Amino acid sequence: MTFNTRSAALYAGMAVLLIGTGMVQGWNTALLILNMGLISAIMSLGVNLQWGFAGLFNVGVMGFVALGGLAAVLVSMDPVGDAWSAGGLQVLLGLVLGAATVVGAVLIYTRMSAGRRRLLAMVIWIVAGFFIYRAVFDAGVDAVESVNPAATGYLGGLGLPVLISWPVGGVLAAGAAWIIGKTALGLRSDYLAIATLGIAEIVIAILKNEDWLARGVKNVIGIPRPVPYEVDLQQDPSFIERAAGLGMDPTMASTIYVKLAYGALFALFLIVILWMAQSALNSPWGRMMRAIRDNETAAEAMGKDVTRRHLQVFILGSAVCGIAGAMMTTLDGQLTPGTYQPLRFTFLVWVMMIVGGSGNNYGAVLGGLLIWWLWVMVEPIGLSLIQLVTSGMAEDSGLREHLLDSAAHMRLMTMGLILILVLRFSPRGLIPEK
Amino acid sequence: MIDFLNGLVALTNFVIIPATAYGAQLAIGALGVTLIYGILRFSNFAHGDTMAFGTMITILVTWWFQSIGINLGVLPTALLALPFGIAGTAVLVLLTDKAVYQFYRRQKAKPVILVIVSMGVMFILNGLVRFIIGVDDQNFADGERFIIGARDFREMTGLREGLAFKTSQGLTIVTAVIVVALLFWFLNKTRTGKSMRAFSDNEDLALLSGINPDRVVMVTWLIVAALATVAGVLYGLDKSFAPFTYFQLLLPIFASAIVGGLGSPIGAIAGGFVIAFSEVTITYAWKKVLVYWMPEPLEPSSLMQLLSTDYKFAVSFAILVIVLLFKPTGLFKGKSV
Repeated sequence: MTFNTRSAALYAGMAVLLIGTGMVQGWNTALLILNMGLISAIMSLGVNLQWGFAGLFNVGVMGFVALGGLAAVLVSMDPVGDAWSAGGLQVLLGLVLGAATVVGAVLIYTRMSAGRRRLLAMVIWIVAGFFIYRAVFDAGVDAVESVNPAATGYLGGLGLPVLISWPVGGVLAAGAAWIIGKTALGLRSDYLAIATLGIAEIVIAILKNEDWLARGVKNVIGIPRPVPYEVDLQQDPSFIERAAGLGMDPTMASTIYVKLAYGALFALFLIVILWMAQSALNSPWGRMMRAIRDNETAAEAMGKDVTRRHLQVFILGSAVCGIAGAMMTTLDGQLTPGTYQPLRFTFLVWVMMIVGGSGNNYGAVLGGLLIWWLWVMVEPIGLSLIQLVTSGMAEDSGLREHLLDSAAHMRLMTMGLILILVLRFSPRGLIPEK
Repeated sequence: MIDFLNGLVALTNFVIIPATAYGAQLAIGALGVTLIYGILRFSNFAHGDTMAFGTMITILVTWWFQSIGINLGVLPTALLALPFGIAGTAVLVLLTDKAVYQFYRRQKAKPVILVIVSMGVMFILNGLVRFIIGVDDQNFADGERFIIGARDFREMTGLREGLAFKTSQGLTIVTAVIVVALLFWFLNKTRTGKSMRAFSDNEDLALLSGINPDRVVMVTWLIVAALATVAGVLYGLDKSFAPFTYFQLLLPIFASAIVGGLGSPIGAIAGGFVIAFSEVTITYAWKKVLVYWMPEPLEPSSLMQLLSTDYKFAVSFAILVIVLLFKPTGLFKGKSV
């Protein structure tokens, strides 16, 4: 668990890879990979909390990441005044009514004694509640979405600095995790997997379809940045002067400066989260979590409330993924629900954590950086590989064309292969737990 | 009276027939998941992509048949290509088992490790399918499109509503009945089938009584390959084939298997229909039926759609959660290891 020479060497190797990329493909590319790698490392840490510490199988990472992205929109975009006056309050009222229906149904279920009367009361309550909710909510949504649909058509956000959205993203994800955890934890491990898989798809479906919330597939663009814009830098005389002092032209200098600023922010967050995860792992709480993971029955016999502890760590891990999601949307400057793919946002994060070393935070971070680098690099490498293999074929050969077109899918196969090989020959990952 | 019949026809056309066909497809898919769960004891995340792989082979062979002029007349050529798809998938799953799963089985690894391994297999298969056939929609249905067309039905009965019964839907239902009958006959009547059930119920006892575990596992994979390919091809004929859609089918298929009770074949079938009917009824715009059935003043003005079709995953998920909360082992008592 300590940061030994082996891990230091591996991290140094990672640094060499990134520096090499910078020298061959340019520093812009290298920094782009590094920034996304840092975010991936945070996601990987979140999954490691759940799987590595507690043995919980979460395959809904994508959903939590997307919720984080939603937080970035809801916090940082300017509120759309017209939409609020048109139907904002009605939408909120609709949501409250919907929530009241659910809460009421739960209350009826818990408070009334079992029997036909309870069933009847619940059915009536739910049906009536649903129609009232839809009547209020739909009218509000129509009103909001018809306000200048080409540019806004949604309620907008709170207009606060985007950095605030990072913790808020964590809170949103934690809320969702609480709901799933309450239902699926304490049952079999596979059930949690399916439940998280489902909730992730639902979150994406909501983001795609609820235009009033975040414009759906029309995407929210132009999310404010925590760092300066390149254009502003290029017009700032003192910046031009400093760039000239370093011997760089202002355009190049500004893009690199912005990426470095993002990188520094992400690295700061990563280090804080890593430090917290590391302290948690070495605390009595961390030892308890590992004891539960290794033998639930024994831990239960010692008086540990396994389900409660699982819920706790599940929420924490999901919150970390939510934070990473908000960071990613901030980096992109836009929320595009169509780009959330489970293979990229759930399963790839799993590959990162397993390859890095489950149960070891340093391993998870290394896995995040390394696998992200590979994910980006496999495509050009695969393309040149196929070019090499097919170089003997005729220029206009249909097969050659097909192979070249399909080279992009090599990365999925490569990731699968890496996952299987690591699980088979080095199941504890690059930096093992102990 | 005519109104009632019109409503009934609309209901059959838009809800009952599509849901039955979809339910049959889900049921065959869920049977594969549940068999692997019962005998190999893990949730196979690669199942959706196995379906995609089998369908892909079938499509490729179909294209080849079409190009050399072989067809089945009114029936889709894909039926002729299906055995090739099954054979190809069988080879694939047996190779995967040898290369990947066998090692963990020998080690007696925890089921969840196998699940993670199946994630790796899923990645590879997904990439392989996209690599070979691309990510686009492929429509490979040919032959007669309808058993009964909407217009023919209207002319035949004089009703205002048409009833369309697609060949693919009829085919799905007939195939599903045959497949399920064969499977149950095999599991209940043959020696190998019985040994599979014994192995699923109690592995140690089965081993003691001299059942060869390798044979049981091999036969299971063969059956699963057949089920996955059939389910995939039927779904592809009925709707269309795209690798990503098949990956997404994983959720309703798992929901069906769990709702029915993991490890229980009967449960998988019941679960498939429960999920399909709920999905279709909840996302269907009921206006079309209710205008016939409701008295004039009560006729709905809105679409009467409970949820938009984009939320169909939410439906399978909600049912899954309800079943997990109230009956964690599923409708038919499944395993709860």
